[in-house]
Amino acid sequence: MLEVKGLRAGYGAIEILRGVDLAVGTGEIVALLGSNGAGKSTLNNNVCGLYRPFGGTVRFGGSDITGARSTRIVEAGLVQVPEGRRIFPTLSVRDNLELGSYRRGRSGRQKNLAHVVEIFPRLKERWTQPAGTLSGGEQQMLAIGRGLMGEPKLLILDEPSLGLSPLLVEEMFALIGRLNAGGLSILLVEQNVVQSLAIAHRAYVLEGGVVALSGPARELAEHPGLRKSYLGH
Amino acid sequence: MLDPQIILAGVLNGLLAGGIYVLVAVGLTLIYGVLHIINFAHGSLLMLAMYAVFFLWKLSGVDPYVALPIVTAGAFAIGFVLYRGVIGRWSHGKDENILLITLGVSIIADNGALLFFGGDTETIDVPYAGKIIELGAAFLPLPKVISCAAAIAICLGLGLFMARSDTGKAIRAVAKERQGARLVGIDVEHIFAVSYGIGIACLGAAACLLMPTFYVTPQSGYAFVLVAFTTVVLGGMGSFVGAAVGGFLIGITESIGGLLLGEQLGQIGISLIFILILLLRPTGLFGARA
Repeated sequence: MLEVKGLRAGYGAIEILRGVDLAVGTGEIVALLGSNGAGKSTLNNNVCGLYRPFGGTVRFGGSDITGARSTRIVEAGLVQVPEGRRIFPTLSVRDNLELGSYRRGRSGRQKNLAHVVEIFPRLKERWTQPAGTLSGGEQQMLAIGRGLMGEPKLLILDEPSLGLSPLLVEEMFALIGRLNAGGLSILLVEQNVVQSLAIAHRAYVLEGGVVALSGPARELAEHPGLRKSYLGH
Repeated sequence: MLDPQIILAGVLNGLLAGGIYVLVAVGLTLIYGVLHIINFAHGSLLMLAMYAVFFLWKLSGVDPYVALPIVTAGAFAIGFVLYRGVIGRWSHGKDENILLITLGVSIIADNGALLFFGGDTETIDVPYAGKIIELGAAFLPLPKVISCAAAIAICLGLGLFMARSDTGKAIRAVAKERQGARLVGIDVEHIFAVSYGIGIACLGAAACLLMPTFYVTPQSGYAFVLVAFTTVVLGGMGSFVGAAVGGFLIGITESIGGLLLGEQLGQIGISLIFILILLLRPTGLFGARA
């Protein structure tokens, strides 16, 4: 479904990704792990058309989307729920969700609104409230809900557990598992190694702008190097 | 002490004048809210729109009110193309460049108008220009009543558009969260151009409503743009409601100031409000805290 080959990218003259290969198949959850500054968000933003990569190719659903505009990429069904949520603070919860179907999924808007409310009943309670007044957890729900409104074929979740309480983190990972069980392909970008590996099928570990490790999540969970760097034992 | 009836008449006349101020200020505040720049070309583009109304009347006898849809649509198109072709293209994504480019556009427009239209004062003669509606002690000029009502209707329509339509919501989304907007597939550059176009369309409508009672010279824009800046600062930068309340307050201030201090000195009230707002409440009446 998503196929990244030899991706090189960065900001200005600084190259952050130095040739990354990554793939997500239909129906998979793939975890992209790595510490702060490893290049995870750079990868996301280049795949989603916010920046133009220096080199390499990105293919989605069989067509080349390398360096394409974000409008076209969303239209193709590749939707990112960004780190820091990036919701529209002055718009109501409802308007935020409706804008999720601005480019894609407009005809299914009413049905999808009902679907999102079913997943996050909490959002219905905040329906007409400006999104900026929501708690961190609610904002994360809204950001994911907004992403789902675009009827994604592949959903990229960038650090969905960041800033959430431990209990909410549990819920968040359970939810991601359920979304995937419902047929949605997911690229999960996380620092939370243990929980990500528990729900993912496969995983990549990004270090210094290259893929340092990759393989089935179950095998990586037992990998001594990974345990040492991320779990400290 | 002045008769309360006369004060009331002054307030009514101020409200009527305020309608146009609201319209001009809404355009300015919309552009500010989305693009985060003061549109220095605002006054000059209003002046050009007023010339357009003047020439439509002079050359083909089109009544300014009939011209309203045409001039408004034309102003939108010019604003859209100006953003796409000049402002957005040459700013390279830097807000301070946009500021300078709009200033440049205004200088070119002002001097172009002087070159092609001359420095004379041009007016329109319409049969209803002198018609008066009597309301107690107040004599309300019919064209001002029409212009105020139309300005309010247009602003309400625009407000509804911003609240309900997908494009309106996208404009409000882009104003606060450009990255998030890109990620739902909003074409941010397109929304910038649409917003600029709507801001200029407000000027087109204002020009049509003004011309029956006002004159146009290449300097005509300045008077309004100063009032519009004050209105926007008074109401709060980027706030729609603020622009509406501010516009009417400024209208009343000007009118009452004129009653008490005379037509010329009455303008001092506007500057006074401007200074007081900056001293006491820099965010304006409805502005969000930075």
